[in-house]
Amino acid sequence: MTGVNRAIAGLGLGVAMTMGAIAVPAVAQDDTIKVGVLHSLSGTMAISETTLKDTMLFLIDEQNKKGGLLGKQLEAVVVDPASDWPLFAEKARELIEVNGVAAVFGCWTSSSRKSVLPVFEELNSILFYPVQYEGEESQRNVFYTGAAPNQQAIPAVDYLMENAGVERWVLAGTDYVYPQTTNKILEQYLLDHGVAAEDIMINYTPFGHSDWQTIVSDIKAFGSTGKMTAVISTINGDANVPFYKELANQGIKAEDIPVIAFSVGEEELAGFDTTPLVGHLAAWNYFQSVDTPENEAFIAAWRAFMGNPDKVTNDPMEATVIGFNLWVQAVEKAGTTDTNAVLDAIIGLETPNLTGGIAKMLPNHHITKPVLIGEIQADGQFEVVSESDLVPGDAWSDFLPESKLIEADWTAPISCGNYNTETKTCGGDVAAVQ
Amino acid sequence: MAFSKILATLIILLGAVPAYAQLVDTELTSLIDALAPGSFKDREAAIGTLVATGDQRVVPILETLLEGELYFDEPSGKVVFTTQPGGKGDLTDPLTEAELAPLTGDNLEKVKVNNGLRRVLRTAIGQMTLLSENSSVRLSAAQSILRDADPAQLELLDSALAAEADPTIRRVMEQARAVIMLKSPDASITDKTAAIAVVQAIGGRDALNTLTTALASAPDELKPSIQSAIDGLARDQAVWDVAQNVWFGVSLGSVLLLAAIGLAITFGVMGVINMAHGEMVMLGAYTTFVVQEIIRQNAPGLFDWSLAIALPLAFLFTALVGVAIERGIIRFLYGRPLETLLATWGLSLIIQQAVQRIFTANIREVGNPSWMSGSFELGGLAITWNRFYIVIFAALVFVALLLVLKYTAIGLHMRAVTQNRRMASAMGIRTPLVDALTFGLGSGIAGLAGVALSQIGNVSPNLGQGYIIDSFMVVVFGGVGNLWGTLVGALTLGIANKFIEPYAGAVLGKIIILVLIILFIQRRPRGLFALKGRSIEA
Amino acid sequence: MLTQALFRALDKKALILVAILILVAVAVPASNLLLPADNPFRLPNYAVPLFGKYLTYAMLALALDLVWGYCGILSLGHGAFFAIGGYAMGMYLMRQIGTRGVYANPTLPDFMVFLNWKELPWYWLGMDNFAFAMLMVVLVPGLLAFIFGFLAFRSRVTGVYLSIITQAMTYALLLAFFRNDMGFGGNNGLTDFKDILGVPVQATSTRAALFAASAIALALAVLACSMIVNSKLGKVMVAVRDAESRTRFLGYRVEYVKLFAFVVSAIIAGIAGALYVPQVGIINPSEFEPANSIEVVIWTAVGGRGTIIGPIIGGILVNVGKSYFTGAFPEYWLFALGALFVVTTLFLPKGIVGLIGQYRAATTKREQHDRDAPTPMQVEAGTDPQPNPAE
Repeated sequence: MTGVNRAIAGLGLGVAMTMGAIAVPAVAQDDTIKVGVLHSLSGTMAISETTLKDTMLFLIDEQNKKGGLLGKQLEAVVVDPASDWPLFAEKARELIEVNGVAAVFGCWTSSSRKSVLPVFEELNSILFYPVQYEGEESQRNVFYTGAAPNQQAIPAVDYLMENAGVERWVLAGTDYVYPQTTNKILEQYLLDHGVAAEDIMINYTPFGHSDWQTIVSDIKAFGSTGKMTAVISTINGDANVPFYKELANQGIKAEDIPVIAFSVGEEELAGFDTTPLVGHLAAWNYFQSVDTPENEAFIAAWRAFMGNPDKVTNDPMEATVIGFNLWVQAVEKAGTTDTNAVLDAIIGLETPNLTGGIAKMLPNHHITKPVLIGEIQADGQFEVVSESDLVPGDAWSDFLPESKLIEADWTAPISCGNYNTETKTCGGDVAAVQ
Repeated sequence: MAFSKILATLIILLGAVPAYAQLVDTELTSLIDALAPGSFKDREAAIGTLVATGDQRVVPILETLLEGELYFDEPSGKVVFTTQPGGKGDLTDPLTEAELAPLTGDNLEKVKVNNGLRRVLRTAIGQMTLLSENSSVRLSAAQSILRDADPAQLELLDSALAAEADPTIRRVMEQARAVIMLKSPDASITDKTAAIAVVQAIGGRDALNTLTTALASAPDELKPSIQSAIDGLARDQAVWDVAQNVWFGVSLGSVLLLAAIGLAITFGVMGVINMAHGEMVMLGAYTTFVVQEIIRQNAPGLFDWSLAIALPLAFLFTALVGVAIERGIIRFLYGRPLETLLATWGLSLIIQQAVQRIFTANIREVGNPSWMSGSFELGGLAITWNRFYIVIFAALVFVALLLVLKYTAIGLHMRAVTQNRRMASAMGIRTPLVDALTFGLGSGIAGLAGVALSQIGNVSPNLGQGYIIDSFMVVVFGGVGNLWGTLVGALTLGIANKFIEPYAGAVLGKIIILVLIILFIQRRPRGLFALKGRSIEA
Repeated sequence: MLTQALFRALDKKALILVAILILVAVAVPASNLLLPADNPFRLPNYAVPLFGKYLTYAMLALALDLVWGYCGILSLGHGAFFAIGGYAMGMYLMRQIGTRGVYANPTLPDFMVFLNWKELPWYWLGMDNFAFAMLMVVLVPGLLAFIFGFLAFRSRVTGVYLSIITQAMTYALLLAFFRNDMGFGGNNGLTDFKDILGVPVQATSTRAALFAASAIALALAVLACSMIVNSKLGKVMVAVRDAESRTRFLGYRVEYVKLFAFVVSAIIAGIAGALYVPQVGIINPSEFEPANSIEVVIWTAVGGRGTIIGPIIGGILVNVGKSYFTGAFPEYWLFALGALFVVTTLFLPKGIVGLIGQYRAATTKREQHDRDAPTPMQVEAGTDPQPNPAE
C-alpha cells in the first residue's frame, strides 16, 4: 500500500468517524430547556453581536434564579457563526436538529437572517430577531423585536420636519439592503410631503468606508444654501467612527446640519469623543439614559452580571430582553415549548419594555414600540428630546407601491405573512393554486 | 419674526442705557428659574424674556446652558451652577455665584437643550455680547450674526459697527451687514450694490450661495452685477474644488503610505508576504488606546502629549512583536514567500482573537488631542488638522526610513542582505540578526502607522483587516522593493481615487481603481518602479 | 487518445479515490433514506447537506491545487470562480420561485420588486432554463479565467504579483456584487430557494440526490485532474512550476500551459460553487471575500499540495474542524484555526499527505532499507529550485 493509498483509506476512515461523531444525535435532556444563541463572536460582526450573546446569558441566568421555566432550568447553547452568512444557516440547523433547542435568539444583519429563514421554516422552530431592519418580511417562525421602518425612520423624519424645520435632506447610507430600502421609503415619504427632488441627495458608500473627506465636504456644500439641511444616516456600524470624526473635524455642528442616525447607539459612541458632536441625533426605541425604574434595575443587574460598572446598554439589547420575556410568557401560557403551541400562544402577549411602555406581540410578528429621538451628549449618552406613543410595527411599508396592499397576519383565518388585501389571497397560496 | 425685531430694538435701547437694565435680583432669579420647567418651547420663551432684560449677568447663564451644564433642583425648581462639569461638585447660585447648601437627595436634573434651543441661544448670546468689552467675545458675536444674517438684527449691527474700532471685527460686521442687505427686501439699490462687492470679497461657497439666493429676488437692474459676481465666484470655486480634491487625495495617499510603508520593507525588501501586517497596525492603535487610558486616569493634563508618548511605545512594542514573529516563525520560511503568507495569515487570526479576548470586541475610544481637532482655512481650502498632521507625519516617517536605509550601518547591512544574502554573509554580516531587525523595523513602522490611523478611524480588533489589501495594492503597484515606488504608488492611488469618487461614487470608484491596478500590472508586471536585475526568475 | 489518457489517469490511487467517492455517493443517501430513524447507522437529515458542502469545498480545493500544486500559480482569488458558479445556480433557483415570492411576481425575484425594478436585467434572461444555467455555471467562470489568465500570463505576471492581482480581482467582484444596482440582490444575495428541476430543494430526497451529485462531480473532477497531471501536459505543468524560464527556453509555450490549467481549474471551481448553493441555501457576496480564497489555499496546504488526494483531505478536515469548533469552543476556535495554519506551514510543508509519506519513508528505511522508489520528500527536495524571492 502506497502512502497515498493509506491517505485515501485514512480519508475514508476520517469521513466515517466524523459522520459517527456528528451523527449521534444529542437527545435533548429532559431536565433542561435549551435555548440557542446564534450571534457572531468573531469576524466583522463580533463588535455588535458579542454583547447580545452576553445579554442572553444574563437573561437565562436571571430566569434560572427565578426558578427556571416550567419547573426546568434553562440552558444556553452558544455557537459562533463567525460573521459568515452560510455558516449561520449551518449553525441554526445544528442548534435545532442536534442540540434540540426550543427557540433561537440571534442574527444581526439581514443577510444572516435571510440565510437562516429557510432553516427555521423547514424545521419548524422559532427565531427571535432583535435588530432594526428594512421590513418587507413576516415569516411564520420568526419574531421581529427590533424596529420596522415605521418605528424608526419615519418618526425621525417627522421630528426633523416639525421641530427643526428641515427642508433639504441628505440620505447617506452603506450600500446594502437596509439603507437602500429605508432610503427608498424615505425618499417617497419626503416627495409626498412636498420636498423637491433637488433638495434630496442620496449617497452610498461601501462597508467599512474609512475616508469620508469628500462626502462630508459634499454634505457641507449641499447644506450651505441657506435652507435648513439634515443628514439621515443609515451608515453601518464600522464606518461610523471615521464618519463622525470627519464631521467633527470639518466643523459640521448639529445646530447647522444635524445628522440623525439609525444605527448608531451607545456601543458605537463609546468609540470616540462625542464632545464636538453634541446635538447630533439618533432614533431608536430605547436609550440607556431613559429614566425609568425598570431600566435602572436592568442596567444595575446587567452591570453586576458582567462585573463591569461601565458596561453600556443599547437598543438591540432591549429588543433581546423583550423577545426573551415574551417567549418565556408564551411557553408558560402554552405549558410546553412545542413550536406550534408557542406560536399560537405568543400573539397578543404583552410585556413591559424598559422605557415605561408595553411591548405587545402583534399578529404580524412585530411588536409595539415607542419611538425615541435622542441627542448625543458629551458623555457618550443620548438625551431623549422626543418620545412618541407606542407605534405598532408594520411589516410591509405603506410607502412602497409593491407592498402597500400586503399585510401580515398569523392568526386564523388569514395565517399568512404576505396577505394581499385587494385580492384577499395569501401571496404564496396564489401560486400554489395557479 | 416680529418678536426678534422688538427684541433687537429693546437690546439697543438697553445697551444704550445699561444702568437702567439692572432688575431686582429676585425678579431676575425667578426669570432664570423659569428656564427649568416645561417643554423646549417654554424654555425658548424663557430665554427670550431673559435676553429682553439685557442684563449682562445673564450671558454666563446662557453660555452654561448652551454647554448643557446648567442644572436645577427638581423639587424646588431652583436653577443652579455646579463647580465641576457633569453636575458634580458644589452648587452655586447662577447670579451671585454664592455657594448653596448641598442637596439631600439625588434630585439634581440637567436643564435640557436641543438643537433648536442651541440655535436660539447662539443668536441670543451673539446679540447680547456684540457690545461686549472683550474683543474676542465681540468677534465671535459678530461671526454669529454673520452666520444667521437676520435682517432684524440690522439696527443692532449698525450701532455696534459705529462703536467698533478693531479692523478685524469691523470687517466681519461689514460682511454681516452686506449679507443682511442682500437678504433684506427693504434695502436700497445703492446699499445692495455696495453689498454685492463686499459679499463677493468674502469668497467661498457661502458667498456664492448668498448671491445665488439674492439673484432670485433681486430687482432687474441689479441682476447683471450679481450674475457677474456669481460667475467670478464660481470660477474661483471650481479652481478651489480641484485643489481641495488634490488635498483629499494627498491625505488619502498619506494614509495608504503609512499603512503600506512597513509592508514595503517586510514584503519589498525581505520578500515576506506578511498578512499579519495589518495586525501590527492594529497593535499600534491599541498601544495608543492604552497610553491614553493611563493618562486619563492618572494625569489628564498630559492628554495633549498622549500621541507623542504613544509613538515610541507603539514602535517599540510592535517592533518587539515583529522580531518575535521573525525569530519564531518567519526565519524557517525564507525562500518560500507564499508560505509566509499562510503562516502569517494564521498568526493574524490569533492576534485578532487575542486582542478581542483582552480588550473585548467593542470599538475603543482614542481621542484627538486638542491640537489635532478642528480645521483651518487656507484660501478656499478647508484642511482638517488631524489629516494635516498625518500627511506631515507620513512624510517624516518616509524620509526617516530613507535616511536609515541609506546612511546607517544597519541600513547598509539590510541593503546588502537584500541584494545578495550569501555574499553579505561571507562579508561577515550576521544575516539572521539583520533579518530580525529588518522585520522589527517594518513592524515598528506599522505600529507608528497605527498611532496615526487611530486618529481618523476605528480602533477595533478588525482595524488591520481594512488596510491590508489596500497596502498590498500600493506596494505591488509601486513596485516591490522600492520605497519611492511605494510613495508614488500611494499618492497616485489616493489622488486617482478622489478624482473618480465624485463621478462614480465611493463604491464604484474603488472597483474602478482595482480594475485599473489589474490592467496596469499587465502592462508593467513588476510595478511602477521595477527593480532591475540580471536574474531571469526574479 | 482519450481512452489512453483515461487509462493512464486510472492508476491505483486515483482508482481507489474514485471508488471511495462513488461508494460515498451511494452509501450516504442510502443510509439517510433507507434506514429507519432509530438505526444507529442512519445519517440524520441535517448531516447530508453538511457533508455535501464539505465535498464541494474539497472540489474547490482540488481546483486550486491543479493551478497551485501542479502549475505553481498561487491564485488568491479562486473563491471568485466558486462564487460565480454559485450565483449562476442561484439565479436559476431564484427564477424557479416564480409566483411563490412574497410579492407573487411571476418573473422578477423579490429583491427586484422591492427595489422597484420593472423588468428583468438582460443577464437574468434564460436563467430559468436549467440547461442554460448549467452552461453558464461552466462558461462564466471559464471565460473570466480565460480573459484574466490570457492577459496576465501573456504579460508574464508571476509569483506574488499574480497572487495580489487575483486578490484584487475577487475584491473588486466582492464590491461589485455588494452593490444593489448590479441586480444580484446586494448584500443579502440570493436565497429562499424553492425548487430545483421541479422538486423541492429542501426535501430529504433532493438533498440526498444533491449529495450524490456532489460526490460524483468530485469523482469526475478527480478523474479529470489526474488525467491532466498524468498526461504529457501535466509534466510540462510541473516543469513550469519548478522552473518556468527553463521550460520556456525549451520551447514550450508556458503561457498557454498556464492558461489551460487556470481555465480548467476555474471551471471545476464554478461547478463546485453551483453544487454548493442548493445545499447551503444561500449565495451572497461574502463568498468573494479575499479571506475566503486565502482559506482555500490553506485547506490545500494542510492536505498537501501537488497531490490529488491532499486538497480533498484538507478541504474536508479543516471544514469538519470548523463546524465542530465553532459549536464546541465558540470563543477559542480562531486560535485553533490560526495555530493550524502556522503549524502546518512550519512543520508540515507537504501537508498531511506529506506526513504520511514521511512516516512511510521512515518505516521503509528502517525495515527494508528500500531506496528504489524515491519518497515524496526526496522528489520534492530534488526539484526544489534554489531560493528565489518571488517563487
